[in-house]
Amino acid sequence: MTEPWWISLIKAAVIVNLVMVAFAYTTWLERKLLGRMQNRYGPNRAGPFGLLQPFADLIKLVRKESFFPVAARDRLYIAAPIISMFAALAAFAVIPFGAGWQIWHYHVNGEIANVSIALILIFALGSLGVYGAIIGGWASESKYSLLGAMRTCAQLVSYEVSLALSVLGVVLMGQSLNLVDIVNKQGATIWFFIPQLAGMLVFFFAVIAETSRPPFDLPEADTELVAGYHTEYGGMRWGLFQTAEYVNMITLSALAVTLFFAGWHGPYAPLGPIWFLLKVFVLVSIFIWVRASVPRLRYDQLMRFGWKVLLPVATINAVITALLVVWI
Amino acid sequence: MPQPLDSVKGFAVTFRQLFKKPITQQYPEYKRPVYPRFRGRHKLHRHENGLEKCVGCSLCAAACPADCIRVVAEENTPDNRVSPGERYARIYEINMSRCIFCGYCELACPFDAITLGNEYEISEYSRDDLIYTKDMLLADPIKRVPVADPDLYDTPIPYYKEHS
Repeated sequence: MTEPWWISLIKAAVIVNLVMVAFAYTTWLERKLLGRMQNRYGPNRAGPFGLLQPFADLIKLVRKESFFPVAARDRLYIAAPIISMFAALAAFAVIPFGAGWQIWHYHVNGEIANVSIALILIFALGSLGVYGAIIGGWASESKYSLLGAMRTCAQLVSYEVSLALSVLGVVLMGQSLNLVDIVNKQGATIWFFIPQLAGMLVFFFAVIAETSRPPFDLPEADTELVAGYHTEYGGMRWGLFQTAEYVNMITLSALAVTLFFAGWHGPYAPLGPIWFLLKVFVLVSIFIWVRASVPRLRYDQLMRFGWKVLLPVATINAVITALLVVWI
Repeated sequence: MPQPLDSVKGFAVTFRQLFKKPITQQYPEYKRPVYPRFRGRHKLHRHENGLEKCVGCSLCAAACPADCIRVVAEENTPDNRVSPGERYARIYEINMSRCIFCGYCELACPFDAITLGNEYEISEYSRDDLIYTKDMLLADPIKRVPVADPDLYDTPIPYYKEHS
């Protein structure tokens, strides 16, 4: 099952680029779907159906002056978006895409790294990503950024608890923290979203809050605040924060697919990665749908929902699952 | 009492919109006809015999709240007769970047020499280009904006009106 290191390297390069393209077209899909849900067209000027819009946006962002607030802490100010981006992208290393293939006389695994505590690694990287927001807000040396960063980390930390607890049931049922094992277990028995419906719902809500998407987009809240923690950022540095947010959404969707919807398993096994992508696509579309349908919560509602609804439900779900796993 | 079902209904609403035709009017390709009394770019007029209607009285400049009209009048002479009156406008300039399209100049003019047309696509790359001289105002503007028949000036009926 081992593979030479250079295969992993190639796979990493391929997957990073795939994720970036997926991110670019997630923004396109989001604008298009939001537009159609509001009886608009969405982007339709750059290329057919506006398909070149992400590239137009990228070129615009890169060519912008990367300005710099006079008071900002220079190294941290530059490092913050990079940390966010790194944490968002790195999580993809452990998500299994397929069963693994025999190419020529090399065996290629369906994931970049088969880590035995993959799930914990992903949550650790997710917590690391919060530092991007905190450092970015603090290093900009602006009170609005700082307050935005405080809101952001209060929200992210609150929902990370529910997020981690909600997958505990899956870990208990899969009897592993290794995502590959969890996926294989689901392929052999049952997709975990059926027995873990409560866990899945909690996970879903917590993911929306973790990626700070509407209706939980209090960190940015475009219509209420200026921008939250990235108020003082512009150009591609701002673009990196935004990228990190979207990549996070894709990563966590992929994680949801892995944990609750059996990852790459589907009716015809060789199509593994296609099934995986299809499931991620559906989940991302649902996130966009939620954005189009639900108004933003108030901050106290957000906190109440996180601590008084999601956390107890996730805890009870974990306890009941544990009891059932032990006794059945 | 929170009603969770109501928010689910909201999801159905947004989903239904996906299959409807957007009501957006694609502007540069489709130009929505303006109402005939729409006030756009100015125009100076001539008499049928070719003489300018403007006699350089500067009443338009006096009426202009944005102070964007500049008129310098000069006496007509027998060998240089520009307008039927005693004097004519040697310089007639409108600074379109200041004009608010109120139409007071039109009202003030005793000879109907200046009127506001229907053209609204008058943007330029430089502010200097927005100072319209007498020659520009006398010439026919390039027709770019469609004018509607008075009775169907509000062309496409929005989808939500059609189906309610």
